[in-house]
Amino acid sequence: MRRRTKITINPKYLLILCSILCVGLIIISYRYKEKVAPVKTLAEEIVAPMQKGINHVGLWIADKKEIFTSMQTLIGENKKLKEELDNISYENKILKQEKYELEDLRELYELDKKYASYPKVAARVISKDSNNWYNQFCIDKGSKDGISKNMNVLAGDGLVGIVTEVGSNWSKVRTIIDDQSNVSGMSLKSSDICNVKGNLELIDKGLIEIELVDKAADIKEGDEIVTSHISDKFLQGILIGYVKSIDVDASNTTKSGYLTPAVSFDSLDTVLVITELKKELPKEAINY
Amino acid sequence: MKRVITILFTVLICFLLQTTIFQALALADVVPNLLLIVTVAFGYMRGEKEGIFVGLFCGLLIDCVFGDIIGICSLIYMVVGYLNGLCNKLYYSEHITVTVTLVALSDLIYNFFYYIIEFLFRNRLNFFFYLRRIIIPELVYTVLISILLYKLLHTINNLLEQSEQKEA
Repeated sequence: MRRRTKITINPKYLLILCSILCVGLIIISYRYKEKVAPVKTLAEEIVAPMQKGINHVGLWIADKKEIFTSMQTLIGENKKLKEELDNISYENKILKQEKYELEDLRELYELDKKYASYPKVAARVISKDSNNWYNQFCIDKGSKDGISKNMNVLAGDGLVGIVTEVGSNWSKVRTIIDDQSNVSGMSLKSSDICNVKGNLELIDKGLIEIELVDKAADIKEGDEIVTSHISDKFLQGILIGYVKSIDVDASNTTKSGYLTPAVSFDSLDTVLVITELKKELPKEAINY
Repeated sequence: MKRVITILFTVLICFLLQTTIFQALALADVVPNLLLIVTVAFGYMRGEKEGIFVGLFCGLLIDCVFGDIIGICSLIYMVVGYLNGLCNKLYYSEHITVTVTLVALSDLIYNFFYYIIEFLFRNRLNFFFYLRRIIIPELVYTVLISILLYKLLHTINNLLEQSEQKEA
């Protein structure tokens, strides 16, 4: 075994040296966010497949456990569901008839389809933020599957968040309940614009904040809030949640309140990514 | 060399566990900070220098994968590693009480600074809420896990030291 002559540095100097390095990194990554992105992408690219593997094993075990525990309940449920299905298929027929009627009426009114269906890609959540302060997660689809930055993420029919970073086989999603999240929303009924903001203090109650509502706006409890037409990143008309309560602010010019999100964020394991970006304004059109 | 590779693997495995399995095992909605335990353990067992390097590596890993700005976690983890390295003078054997205290203190320091940097600067002033909602539960959970994890890390460290002695 060859012995190298050891260079001994006083740990204090080492600490100072590394601190300077860290501060330097902070400044560099703050000033040149775009240029640092490839480094971060590389790190995640290495880690993502491993996380995916662990999740596969975990899901497999969970699946097997589920099979044994839920057999009996499933049989009972199956019977009940079959009965329900009969009822529902009958109701469905009626609804279909009404839908045709509605389409005819729409044509009459020459209304455009306001909430067109967007193309979507399904993805699995592979990991969540390593500390408890933020609500971000990674999904197992990336640029290879046609995902790019600022795409909207849904689960069920509600808005989950937005893609903030993309790698070849992963992307990072910031949820709307995250403390840094801000979404422009509007009331489905009255088209009044508002701002929907995540807040860590409200996560346990399962709520998000809604603010900057005009005092004269006609928003009541139980109203649906969807993404607005003036948002520059979110496509129009995606359900965010339902108004829980709303009051006039102390300033007496705006209203604010709470919103119950349409998505249950506790149990997200698959999400849908809309592979269509909101059309951006040409740069010349924006005057500062 | 063997030591470096072993530590790299340990950190990586802990990171993977923290982001996947422990997210599913979260109690009271918090996840134990395994990487902090690793930093504390190596700092305490091996001294300032190793504390600094392990902390820096853990922090960089978190920053690169989840952080917005690289360097914040690295700085906090590194300082935590250094401070625990100073406690190396107390180290003489498998003394679990000292480690547990150190882990608890480190977790408190880490989350306190994280709160100041990431939340206080954005005008989130309700410190006691965050203390009750995140800092205390994470501390308790991390301390519980550290009792098990430290035993394991201690064994790894002993094996490494034995093989190093043989080679020397």
